[in-house]
Amino acid sequence: MMLDLGDLGFEQGAHILLQRALGPLRPGEELGVAGLDPALVMHVEVWCRAKGHLTRRADDNDDGIRVWVTRGRADLDRWVHAERAGGPSPHGIVNEPPAHWGLAARGALVEPGGPPIAADLASRELVWADLAPSLYANAAASQWDPATAIAWDAPVDLVPEIERAVVQVMTFLVENEQAALVVPARLLARIHPHFREVLQLLAVQAADEARHVEVFTRRALLTGGEMGTSSVSGRESLATLLREPDFSMASFLLSVLGEGSFLNLLTFIDRNAPDPVTRQVARMARQDEARHVAFGVAHLQHQGTLDRTLLGRLRGAIEQRHETLISSAGLNQDVFDSLVVLAAGEWSPAGIRRGYAAVQQLQAEMDEGRQHRLVRLGFPHDEAAELSALHTRNFM
Amino acid sequence: MTLLMGAVAYDPKVVTIWGGFRSWLNDNGLPFDFVLYSQYERQAEDLAQGRIDAAWNSPLSWIRSRRLAQASGRTLTPLVMRDTDRDLRSLIVVRADSPFKDVADLKGETVAVGAVDSPQATLLPLSYLASRNVQVDVRRFDVGVGLHGDHIGGERDAARALVSGTVAAACMIDSNHLLFGKEGTLPAGSTRVIGQTEPFDHCNMTVGETVSDQTRADFAELLLSMSYTDPKVRPLFDLEGLTRWEPGRVSGYPPLERAVDETGFYDAAGAVTAADYRP
Ligand SMILES: [Fe+2]
Ligand SMILES: [Fe+2]
Repeated sequence: MMLDLGDLGFEQGAHILLQRALGPLRPGEELGVAGLDPALVMHVEVWCRAKGHLTRRADDNDDGIRVWVTRGRADLDRWVHAERAGGPSPHGIVNEPPAHWGLAARGALVEPGGPPIAADLASRELVWADLAPSLYANAAASQWDPATAIAWDAPVDLVPEIERAVVQVMTFLVENEQAALVVPARLLARIHPHFREVLQLLAVQAADEARHVEVFTRRALLTGGEMGTSSVSGRESLATLLREPDFSMASFLLSVLGEGSFLNLLTFIDRNAPDPVTRQVARMARQDEARHVAFGVAHLQHQGTLDRTLLGRLRGAIEQRHETLISSAGLNQDVFDSLVVLAAGEWSPAGIRRGYAAVQQLQAEMDEGRQHRLVRLGFPHDEAAELSALHTRNFM
Repeated sequence: MTLLMGAVAYDPKVVTIWGGFRSWLNDNGLPFDFVLYSQYERQAEDLAQGRIDAAWNSPLSWIRSRRLAQASGRTLTPLVMRDTDRDLRSLIVVRADSPFKDVADLKGETVAVGAVDSPQATLLPLSYLASRNVQVDVRRFDVGVGLHGDHIGGERDAARALVSGTVAAACMIDSNHLLFGKEGTLPAGSTRVIGQTEPFDHCNMTVGETVSDQTRADFAELLLSMSYTDPKVRPLFDLEGLTRWEPGRVSGYPPLERAVDETGFYDAAGAVTAADYRP
C-alpha cells in the first residue's frame, strides 16, 4: 500500500490523508508514504508517534516512498467499547439513558467514559409524552415576532382610569408569565438530553413566555405611565410553583391548572379589551398557552397510564398548595378591580355592573375549564369539582 | 508499603494526570502516592537518596539521579516509558530563504536554543553541532529553567527569533517543529531543516531500591497492562500523551550522556557543574 501526499505538508492537514489511508489497514500492516514536503519524514514520525503508529525511514531504493508506517491500534481501541446512544427517532429512545451519554446526540456513537451529566430526570417514564415531538414541531412553526405580530401603532386613547386598569392587569400578567418562564426552564435543565423533544418543547415554551413578558410589558408602558402593583399574595402563590421539584406535579400545577385558568383569562381580555393592542397581545399569548396546556395534559395522561398512584399524588399537590396559601390574601384586589374596570370600559354604574358580572362569569369559566381538564386526567366529576375549588385564587 | 513517586509540576495538568494514575493504581491493588516538585534537581536528589521510591524523570533527570545513585552505591532502574518517549529527534532549522544548506554553513553564526537545561532544544542539538565541529554563537532562551525543557516557552521563543531574523538557526524537537508550524509560530513553508540528531529517548519512570523486587515488578506489570481501550485509562493517556507504556530501556540515552559530559552540565558523580544553571 502506498500514499502519495504530493506537496501537502503536515502543517497543512496532510495527516487527514494519512489517517484515511491507514483506516482500512489492519494493525501491523504497512503503508508507504511518498511526498515532496522536505519535512515529510520528520512530520510523519511525529504524527505517528503521537497516534501509536510505528515508522521506519525508507531506503533510497524504495521508489519514491520516503517513510513506512506500520498501522497501530490506538484509534481502534478508542472505539472498542463505544455504543450507540439509542436511535435518532423517538422510536430509538431508551428507558433509562445512562448519565455518561450526557449531551451526546441521540443515536450518536458514544465513546465510553467522560463526565456524567447531572440530569436527575433521566427516565422515560418520568419525562416522556408521545405528543412531545408533534407539539414541538407545532410550537416551532407557530413562533411570532412581537415587533410585527402586534399593531403597536393602533390608536390607544383610553380615559386615564381605564388605562390604569389595563396597566394593572398587564403588570399582573407579566409577573405570572415570569413564573411560567422560570418553571419550564428549570425543569428542562434537569432532564436528560436523550429526551430531546421534551427539552425542545420546554425551551420553546420558555421562549413563548419570554415573548409574553415582552408584549405585556410593552402594552403596559405604551402610554408612557408606570407599571402597576405587585402584591405579596400574588408572589406567594407563584413561589409555590417554583418550589415544586417533581416534574409531573410542577407540570400539573403550572400547565394544567395555572395556564389552563389563564386560557380563560386571556379569552376574557380579548373579548373585553378596551383597545386593539390589549386585545392583540392577549390573543397572541393565548395561542401559545393552548399548547402549554396541551402538553401538560398529554404528559399527565401518559403518566396516569404508567402510575396508578398519580391521581392521588396530584390531589395531594393541590391540597398541599392550598394549605400553604390558606392564610394568603389570594388575588390582588387591584387586579380584581382592574379586571372589572377593564371589562366595564367606562366609568359609570351600568358599566361597572356589566364588568363585575363579566369577571364573575370569568371565574365560573375558569372553574369549569379546570374541572373539565381534571376529568380528562381521570378524576370523577365530584372530585374534580372539589379540587378545582381548592385552586389558588391568584388564577395561576 | 505505599510506593511513593515524585513528579515535577511543570503544568497544572500534572495534578490531574498523577491523581488519576494514583486512583487507578490503588483501585488495581498497588498502594501508590505521589509528591510534586517544582523542578527536577531536587527530585533527582531525593530519588537518588531514597527519599522517594520512584520518579517520573526527564531524560536529564534520569541521568543525574542515576549518576548520584551510582556514586553512593545504589542502582536505579528505568522501569517503563511512554511509547511516545522513544526515538525522538531534535532538528536544526533555518529560514527557507536563507543561504544555509548544511549545518557546516552555520559556522560562526548565531543559533537560538531553548532553556539551559532543555535536552531537546539545547543540550542535544548543541552536542550534535559540536560533533560536526560547527562552532556557533549560542543565543539561549531561558524559560522554565529547572523543568528540563518540559516548559516549551524557551523553544518557542527560539523559533520566534528565527522567524524575526535575529538568529541564523533555531533548535527544537521534531514534534515542536510540527506544533509551531500548525500554530503559526513558524508559517508553513517558511523553514528548512538542515540537520537532525540521531534518535534519542525522552522520559522514563525510574524506580529505586527502596521497594522490594516484587513491588517493582508489580508496578511495572500494572503499568504495562494499562489499556487504551479502558475508558478510565484513556483520558489519562490522552493527557499525558501516550497510547501505551513500553518497557524502560537505556539505549536511547547515550547522546544525552555525551552532551552532559561535553558541556560539563553534571559531573560523573551527578553534581551540578553548569556555571549558569539556577533551577
Ligand atoms: Fe405565557
Ligand atoms: Fe405558558
